[in-house]
Amino acid sequence: MAEIATTAPQRVARRPRLRGASSLLGTVPFFAYVTIFLIIPTLVVVIGAFASDAGGFTLGNVRALGDEYVVAAFGRSITLSAASALIGAIFGALLAYALVTARTGGLLRRMVTAACGVLAQFGGVTLAFAFLATIGLSGFLTLWLTEHGFDPYANGVWLFELPGLTLVYTYFQIPLMVIVFLPALDGIRPQWREATESLGGTTWQYWTRVAGPLLAPAFLGSTLLLFANAFSAYATAAALVSQGSPIVPLQIRGALTSEVVLGQANLGKAMALGMVVVVAVVMTLYSLLQKRTARWLG
Amino acid sequence: MAGLAVRRARRQRAFRWSVLLVLGTFFVVPLIAMVEFSTRDAETWPLLVNWPRLSETYPDLANGIVASLGQASLTSLLMLVLLVPTAIWVRLRLPRLRRLVEFLCLLPLTIPAIVLVVGLAPVYAWVNYFLGGSSLTLVFAYTVLVLPYAYRAIDAGLSAIDVQTLAEAARSLGASWTTVIWRVVLPNIRSAVLSAAFLTVALVLGEFTIASLLHRTNLQVAIDYLGKSSATMSVAVSLAALLLAFALLLVLSLFGKRESR
Repeated sequence: MAEIATTAPQRVARRPRLRGASSLLGTVPFFAYVTIFLIIPTLVVVIGAFASDAGGFTLGNVRALGDEYVVAAFGRSITLSAASALIGAIFGALLAYALVTARTGGLLRRMVTAACGVLAQFGGVTLAFAFLATIGLSGFLTLWLTEHGFDPYANGVWLFELPGLTLVYTYFQIPLMVIVFLPALDGIRPQWREATESLGGTTWQYWTRVAGPLLAPAFLGSTLLLFANAFSAYATAAALVSQGSPIVPLQIRGALTSEVVLGQANLGKAMALGMVVVVAVVMTLYSLLQKRTARWLG
Repeated sequence: MAGLAVRRARRQRAFRWSVLLVLGTFFVVPLIAMVEFSTRDAETWPLLVNWPRLSETYPDLANGIVASLGQASLTSLLMLVLLVPTAIWVRLRLPRLRRLVEFLCLLPLTIPAIVLVVGLAPVYAWVNYFLGGSSLTLVFAYTVLVLPYAYRAIDAGLSAIDVQTLAEAARSLGASWTTVIWRVVLPNIRSAVLSAAFLTVALVLGEFTIASLLHRTNLQVAIDYLGKSSATMSVAVSLAALLLAFALLLVLSLFGKRESR
């Protein structure tokens, strides 16, 4: 026993070594699976980003991220994600607050939260077609507006560009905001408002001095989550935009499908790595803000 | 003081209904538009519910639907086989590994699907070599995609019961580990397992990225393809798929309600 303890100090000494090993066996399928279909693909991206076509090490791919069109794609991706996250966060927070004030009824709140749970998952190709049917060139709303003397596309078709994508993304961002922000709003105690009022505070003072600062970390954190959500989205944009590649995921599609062009595959991996870095930074900030939020509004 | 509260309640009601009205319009208009768009051709909906004629007219769509249903059921199965025993086992015998398993399960949240495709391409070259290029092989990638959601559901179910005590009681009565997992723990987390499976089905039915870029077919790929030839039909199928997903997720949210009560 003592011998085992000295050679393998991390193992609990009073347990025979063999039992520990056989316990580990039970997790082998899971770890093997995750290694093949999650760890290896991740490593392929990371290593590929630094590999040359001949197989050697190179910084060329990562340096190619500085190319004008790649930088522009990242810029547009970030603009799109930030704009849709901000719009989604503001309207989502308003909707969430509207639900909190309706506390007594219950039914309204239950229905809207259930609808939000569904709509937040609603993305992809079907969402793109929903908007094509609405404000596509022969869409329902487009025809109706044109009939009433207002042509939404008088200055060019914006549905397939950043403004259009932002509008479409808002459709899943607002419900997501409601879901992630509602718990924080529920954490606000009515007593805090009463305390403010009994000390002579106005509604404005309550929001700017009490509720606002308490909700700020939760609001910021939720906005970051929405940003990551939009930044990672691919299917909606892919179904909507068939010409050109305005955002990073579509550029990666281009790199994947045109592997005849030398060096494109590894540039795709470098762009993928760039995406992971952006999402990882955003998610780290998010979890930090979550911890701050939990202090008061847990 | 009372006057203030009444006035605030009235203001809040006005605020509530204007927000609901404006945002409600924003969310409902695209759905109405889909209904209007898909009924422009009176033939569309009758064709959609007539499976033999549909598979004859749009064979790609029929293939996509069949592929998606197969993928959804196989992914649920693989997810459960992989995750449930591991989650129980780690809780019972290897508590030190819990953080690692949790980290691995939540990892796909920080790796966008489009990035995963890039890394999966070489792995799938091997999958093709061993198993052929059937679109059912996407199940392997989908199981990774649903890991975070399924893990959370199952972990929440396990946290709600005292796994350790249940297992010790069963073991002291002479049950084997298989019996403990299959006949003692599993029945106690039935609704968590069901909600994990529902989530998996909903996610797989909506998946497009991986299938499209690995050149496989499923429902979403078929809809996208259909959009290029028949706009009306593609909107009708989108609406039908959407209603199916709505129904699935609504059932799921009712589950969640019962669970928490």
